[in-house]
Amino acid sequence: GPGGGAALENANPLIYRRSGERPVTAREEDDELPDSIDDREIFDILPGRESRAGPGRGRAGRGRWGGGAKQGRAVQLRSAFLNPAHLIRSINDPEHPLTLEELNVVEQVRVKVNDAESTVAVEFTPTIPHCSMATLIGLSIKVKLIRSLPERFKLDVHITPGTHASEHAVNKQLADKERVAAALENSHLLEVVNQCLSARS
Amino acid sequence: QCVTTLEGHENEVKSVAWAPSGTLLATCSRDKSVWVWEVDEEEEYECVSVLNSHTQDVKHVVWHPNQELLASASYDDTVKLYHEEEDDWVCCATLEGHESTVWSVAFDRGGERLASCSDDKTVRVWRRYEPGNEEGVACSGTDPTWKCVCNLSGYHTRTIYDVAWCHLTGALATACGDDAIRVFEENAASDPRQPTFGLTAHNSPGRAVTLHCSASVLRTSVEAEPSRKKRPRVSFSRHMSLMARAVFPVSFLE
Repeated sequence: GPGGGAALENANPLIYRRSGERPVTAREEDDELPDSIDDREIFDILPGRESRAGPGRGRAGRGRWGGGAKQGRAVQLRSAFLNPAHLIRSINDPEHPLTLEELNVVEQVRVKVNDAESTVAVEFTPTIPHCSMATLIGLSIKVKLIRSLPERFKLDVHITPGTHASEHAVNKQLADKERVAAALENSHLLEVVNQCLSARS
Repeated sequence: QCVTTLEGHENEVKSVAWAPSGTLLATCSRDKSVWVWEVDEEEEYECVSVLNSHTQDVKHVVWHPNQELLASASYDDTVKLYHEEEDDWVCCATLEGHESTVWSVAFDRGGERLASCSDDKTVRVWRRYEPGNEEGVACSGTDPTWKCVCNLSGYHTRTIYDVAWCHLTGALATACGDDAIRVFEENAASDPRQPTFGLTAHNSPGRAVTLHCSASVLRTSVEAEPSRKKRPRVSFSRHMSLMARAVFPVSFLE
């Protein structure tokens, strides 16, 4: 895979401190009450918690994606941690043994959620302006959100403006559903994406 | 029963369209090309042209309603038109203006105008000007020029995947990634050379249903509706059930 054996593009990335765990409120602990998805929740997911609402629990229909996202409004989100910012912070960087959060590629403040309108927008910042992994990282974020969120959500994953030399081209690819689908039919690429999304031990 | 398989494209084939004559078939692909096939009386197909004019994936092809003129829509943000010139198919016009991928195109009933829809959330209407036209629009040689005469922006909040132009009523329908179907009608008082369109119907069926609208189904539902006044109305509740039966997602990534 990328980075294996070859020189790293960005050998000395800045490492950012991880944010602490978000305290759980009493309302969220109560499984009977519906949890709405808000801004700050997407960012942070605890490894292990994810399995409560992850692949296999949702209905079929996302077979090719390797996960089963839940359907529509009827399903109440049981986990407070099934939230966009929550979900993406621990995605692994393809090159370094670090998460996207630790590299500041994703930040909670750059995640915008509108539960009522079913939209999620994520801006991500590649570590260097010519990072060739930008599309892969964007794809990983998108796949993670698709697999984890209810189908009703419209996703917008793009590069933080001004932070990448090819941001227009990368954003355009990530926004094109046919291009994304075709990319994930490439078994090698899908494997790399799944590696980025696997929980670190 | 499958009578034949046409091979040649190097990547996914995205769209296929029969010419009105029935003897020509056009296909387009993610391999950036548009192919034209001819079929004879024995149902033998032969590729008569491979057109490599687009620089990116070609999303959709559609034929002119009564001429052998072909239009294609592409990820390269353009619409291209093709016809046969001295036994060779050539690209005779490129329509530039959209700021992102053009997903679909539709001709109006007479074929003098074309509507295109895009990831830039606009629908643009283009009009054909022949050489020597009275409006003074410049043409190169004997080829007509197509000029954008209307830009419908501000109505759609996400990518517009499909557009259909009703040949009965002249209404324009769009299918959008924001889960809504919109119908536009040309304002009767507007100048045909600078038409204006008003939004006359807008249905958000709710987020459970996301569709890549098969625009011909919409057109059918409009035509089938008996008119109360002169103009058939689109009944969305019935329409939605028609669409749910007749349409299938192009990609599961809706």
